Amino acid sequence: MRRVEVGFAAAAVAGVAGGLAAWGSGWWGAGVAGSVLLGGLAAEWFVRRRVRAWAYCERADDLLVRRGVLFSRLSVIPYGRMQFVDVRAGPVERAFGLATVRMHTAAAASDARIPGLSGKEAARLRDRLAELGEAMAAGV
Amino acid sequence: MSGFEQGRWRRLHPLSPLVHAGRLLIALAVVAAPSAALGHGAWESLGQLGTVVVLALLGLVAWLVTRWRVDGDDLRIETGLLRRSSLRFPLKQVQAIDIVRPGLARLFGLAELRLRMAGSTGGHARLAYLPAREADRLRRQLLALGQGGVEEPAEPDEERVLLTVPTSRLVAAIFLSRVGLLAAAMLGGLVTIAVVSPSATRGVSGGSIVYALAAVTGLWRRFNGAYRLTVAEAPDGLRLRSGLVATTAETIRPGRVQAIRMVEPLLWRPFGWCRLEVDVAGRQRAEHEGGPERRQLRAVLPVGGRDLAQALLERIVPDAPGERRPPPRLVLLKSPLRYHYLSWGRTDSCVVTTSGRVARTTDWVPLAKVQSLRRVQGPIQRRLHLVTIHLDTAGRNVHAALRDRHVAEADPALGRLVELARAARVAASSRPNV
Repeated sequence: MRRVEVGFAAAAVAGVAGGLAAWGSGWWGAGVAGSVLLGGLAAEWFVRRRVRAWAYCERADDLLVRRGVLFSRLSVIPYGRMQFVDVRAGPVERAFGLATVRMHTAAAASDARIPGLSGKEAARLRDRLAELGEAMAAGV
Repeated sequence: MSGFEQGRWRRLHPLSPLVHAGRLLIALAVVAAPSAALGHGAWESLGQLGTVVVLALLGLVAWLVTRWRVDGDDLRIETGLLRRSSLRFPLKQVQAIDIVRPGLARLFGLAELRLRMAGSTGGHARLAYLPAREADRLRRQLLALGQGGVEEPAEPDEERVLLTVPTSRLVAAIFLSRVGLLAAAMLGGLVTIAVVSPSATRGVSGGSIVYALAAVTGLWRRFNGAYRLTVAEAPDGLRLRSGLVATTAETIRPGRVQAIRMVEPLLWRPFGWCRLEVDVAGRQRAEHEGGPERRQLRAVLPVGGRDLAQALLERIVPDAPGERRPPPRLVLLKSPLRYHYLSWGRTDSCVVTTSGRVARTTDWVPLAKVQSLRRVQGPIQRRLHLVTIHLDTAGRNVHAALRDRHVAEADPALGRLVELARAARVAASSRPNV
């Protein structure tokens, strides 16, 4: 299993923003900054836990994707059932060279995604899934 | 006269625009007639006439620019004047073919042919309208083509009628349903008000007429959709026919059924009735297509005894599991209402799960149709060491869920189900095109 890591950025940004606010306007600003910083830290803790819980594993016939802290989910997606795989990278993700891989099957409910992969790893995974999917394709 | 020659473009029936516009015209006539009769301004009636003419022209243009043909293994439809679209429907991927005949179309001996595809973006081929006989023949030919390139369809249909739903039972069942009860309650309320204070009746009935109308159309739709529903088994699939005014004839190809659901509402239980529905791949059809297909699922058996449902079920899923395992007692804490209905069972090719709070629903999912499996555990479930396993299918809204099983049972079961699903999938794909 490989750990997927993303999202420390959010907390850092929150902290910096708070600090800047404090520079401007004395005690009030400091208060705001402190609470923002605290919020940022808490968010950071949650995000880190969430990110830690997110994992995937390529097996011989299927892909496992695990996620969630409070509600833990484990999806088993057979390669043969994948209709298409898409790789997305939003502006923030792109700034850090990350991408999200998303797997789609014919069932609407089985929507699995793996965020925060490095661009290279995302491309590798996409190609591998496409290849395996083709080899094991099964009808609807 | 059997079969349609390949590759020749054909048009729809010339009366199609009339049937399309039929409902609108009637509505317009209802609105326009009183004002015309009362001799309101000529301008107004002229405006209405203009609307009718424009509509007729639009319909005519739509008819003129639409054509279709059977091209090898595909059905091609070209339509549109300004935005020309050319659609190609591979017959191999057809999930079901329906023949729908609204009341007006029946008057003219026309029928609409509808191909349901597997795609999730709702591409459905519609040929509206064709002469009824032609539609039937085309349906048979398309099914034959889709099943393996047999050009000539088996002409006389050897089909075996499995069951017909008696009308009296249907009526009773509808009145015991949620919509039926609501309508009855409303009617009762109105009558009470009328009796208690006749003066207040006017205001109340004026406001509630809209709801009453909605309830009546809802009831009617249900009634019409299931009226004299006949299920027959034919070589090219399961045939469902129903309808009083607007009739529908569906053919569901064997092996296309994604899941089956049996619902036993509380009120039906004294009679031992249940409803059996099948789920076929493909998204719920769009709203504007109206009519009978707005229902969520196709009821194979709108109402019937359990033994009947069981017999039908065996036709569709030959290897349905018999015994079911009850959930651990702990579940009583988490979902007290559901506890008594929860259970699951499996054979090597099929999983059955039951659930529901008020109405018991039983879902059968053939393992060969499972798209993915999910294991979900919520915070309360974690405390109680419970876990839910979902089996997703390509169907519209039935999927089996092994709700609230003990971790010690669920985890090995998940592993086993993954293996069984794989085996079933391999077996299914090695069989040619079922």
